[in-house]
Amino acid sequence: MKALILLITATVIAISSTVFADEPVQGGTLNSVIQPEPPGLMLGLVQNGPTQMVAGQIYESLLRYDHDLNPMPSLAKEWSKSKDGLTYTFTLQNDVLWHDGVPFTSADVVFSVDEFLRETHPRLRASLVYVDKITAPDDKTVVFQLKQPFGPFLGMFETGTMPIIPKHIYDGTDYTSNPMNNTPIGTGPFKFSKWERGSYIHLVRNEDYYVDGKPHLDEIYYQVIPDAASRAIAFETGKVDLLPGGSVENFDIPRLIAMDNVCSTNAGWEFFGPHSWMWLNMHEGPMTDKNLRKAVMHAMDREFARDALWNGNGDLAKGPISSVTRFHEADTPDITFNPDKARKYLAASDYDGRTLRLLPLPYGETWQRWAEATRQNLSDIGINVEIMATDVAGWNQKVANWDFDMAFTYLYQYGDPALGVARTFISSNIAKGSPWNNVSGYINEEVDALFAEAAIQADDTKRQELYTRAQNVIVDDVPVAWMLELKFPTIYRCNLKNPVSTAIGVNDGLRDAWLAKK
Amino acid sequence: MPPLWAQRSYTTLQLREHILLAYIAERLVKAAFILIAILVLNFMLIHAAPGDPAAVMAGEAGAADEKFLQDLRIRFGLDQPFTVQLWTYMKGAIQLDLGYSYRQQMPVAELIWERLPATLLLTMTAFVISVILGVVAGVLAAQKQGTWWDTVISTFALLFYATPLFWFALMASLLFSVVLGWLPGFGYETIGGNYTGLRRALDIGTHLILPAMTLGLFFTAVYMRMTRATMLEISRLDFVKTARAKGLRNSVIQRRHVLRNALLPVITLAGLQAGQIVGGAVLTETVFAWPGIGRLMFEAINQRDYNVILGVFFVSAAMVLLFNLITDLLYGVVDPRIRITK
Repeated sequence: MKALILLITATVIAISSTVFADEPVQGGTLNSVIQPEPPGLMLGLVQNGPTQMVAGQIYESLLRYDHDLNPMPSLAKEWSKSKDGLTYTFTLQNDVLWHDGVPFTSADVVFSVDEFLRETHPRLRASLVYVDKITAPDDKTVVFQLKQPFGPFLGMFETGTMPIIPKHIYDGTDYTSNPMNNTPIGTGPFKFSKWERGSYIHLVRNEDYYVDGKPHLDEIYYQVIPDAASRAIAFETGKVDLLPGGSVENFDIPRLIAMDNVCSTNAGWEFFGPHSWMWLNMHEGPMTDKNLRKAVMHAMDREFARDALWNGNGDLAKGPISSVTRFHEADTPDITFNPDKARKYLAASDYDGRTLRLLPLPYGETWQRWAEATRQNLSDIGINVEIMATDVAGWNQKVANWDFDMAFTYLYQYGDPALGVARTFISSNIAKGSPWNNVSGYINEEVDALFAEAAIQADDTKRQELYTRAQNVIVDDVPVAWMLELKFPTIYRCNLKNPVSTAIGVNDGLRDAWLAKK
Repeated sequence: MPPLWAQRSYTTLQLREHILLAYIAERLVKAAFILIAILVLNFMLIHAAPGDPAAVMAGEAGAADEKFLQDLRIRFGLDQPFTVQLWTYMKGAIQLDLGYSYRQQMPVAELIWERLPATLLLTMTAFVISVILGVVAGVLAAQKQGTWWDTVISTFALLFYATPLFWFALMASLLFSVVLGWLPGFGYETIGGNYTGLRRALDIGTHLILPAMTLGLFFTAVYMRMTRATMLEISRLDFVKTARAKGLRNSVIQRRHVLRNALLPVITLAGLQAGQIVGGAVLTETVFAWPGIGRLMFEAINQRDYNVILGVFFVSAAMVLLFNLITDLLYGVVDPRIRITK
């Protein structure tokens, strides 16, 4: 009998420990790193990576996205689309308060999108041209009326793209000099507490958050550690629990992941879809020759770069649209590593042996090594390459002014080709002075038409057809030399649960994270 | 009526004071002109570098259109002709208004003021460590010339001097923080510790050890080499032989005659190092995540945050000029033969 009781007791304990092991625990301090130090935390004014990583916990948008880019509720609890695809109606959450206690209403949404962000947010501004008017029939409803159907419309509501700003603080003020920019007020799960410049940013739990039981963490410290090796040491010594993707050099990742009680994930970048390539300068010079561009494409050993330089953190890009972005087409023309094919294309080209200027991305050691590997690959088939050394500001200027033959870059795709891919290939987006438009100078009227038509289609099947066609044409033209779909593993202690729960990972997902007892 | 000797003494003192004040005033006026020249030169150099802050900020955002870039340039005054920008900046700088940081969105003076305590703490500590250790080690090496003491000290000095600072910093961090776990490897204090009073001072002190020693040991080597070489040179001079012939004890000769004379080049070097104190220590501050001015400057250069770069250069240049003046005045204290007399 005693044995039976003991067995039952042991079973109950085992079952309960299994059941409750994944139950979120309230409380705890999360230490993360941030680099570089953000210039500001007012997400409506600054949309760079570090700002979004911190301010994404303070501000919210109407929607969030799961790893398959399906919209999920955030400040909007429900939404609907009219049959003609021209009207979108959002119903807002109840009992939402700004961090200063003022109730959040639909007027805040109208002000944010129609006034504030239209003025300050270049990326959103480009999409808002499709929006005719935004109205608020009541405090809890917002209606977007479009001029014409816009396929990616429901993909525009990520926090960094459309942060909702408090109207009562910004209306009628000079946005850029508003003193509240230094103490941001949002509706998000964490509130701004303190910013010790050069050292750390401190956020604390929003006790009035409208989602019951969330956030789980009491506070978050973002520690400013400028040197990548020092960030790795900080994690190794237990001073930080979370290394967001890109925080350490690639060669440090295997060592850190091999440590006890350390987990990692490549998830949480689906919305961004970081896609790397080399701009090939088609404005003038040797790269105007399609055969030479094809020779370059086939000469690059991208598998080596992925395995040796990126420690396997990436997939070979097959064309302009990343495999994590909607409407990706896997069956595109061959662009694999093939030196023999490359030599044939080179022989068919007008290349005269001149030295081509290659501009690496000045973002750390991995990119420098990648440029050196590329030079070696191209040299193997007879293309002479000179690497130009520069810093970030110099890179911006050289790329913006087309002062290169080949230039490394990577850009985000924002979930939909109309939001993050078309800008690189449409001819109306060629303009000196910006390194984020059609820098190569690629002009193809068919591609222009395909992108234009796909953007305003409401039907996804039709959009897929158009984008598939566009991908095939572009890959055959090789206006850029595609490299890798980059992966930036998020590394964290295994007792930190659920740090990555959305398509933008730690940039808005820490409301769901919790710290299990060690 | 005071006696004649007293009158003469009073007059001499007064005269010397007068000469000294005139000398300081002259040097300060010259320093002001030099500062203005440095500012103009820096302004031109920075604007000649490729890229501008608007493009860098737009780049960080990952997207920009012409309106966005133009708005930024108007806000920063970068749309104005170069000469107008220079004139506007100089007008402000002369009134000690160092402008506004484009990127950090706050006044430059406030930024520098915020970072100053951390930088001063690090560089002053390193300064004291390097001067004391360097001079002591240099004296010891000179006195024990040719012995194993000399060899050991000289070898270590050479090692500290020849090793790249960032590598030395990383290795120190790895050994004392990761392997041994004795000292914190980065930061100014324990984040989230919320310590106050003595506890906080101790916490900051613990964080200070690695960066201050790393920076200090580099300069220690320089002081050591200089003290040793100068002491050996002076020991061979006639007045030292005379002192020995007089029967003075060796310790007295070394302290009063040799070391005092050997200190002149050390003071020159200390003056130069002290002048750089406010400029911070870029590499040390970067590796150890020390929130000082050196790091501020490094980041500002990367981001082409013109006003911050110019502000840090301005303060650094002012400090170099000030410490040069102090160094010149100190010469007179150490060696009465080179007191200012006219």
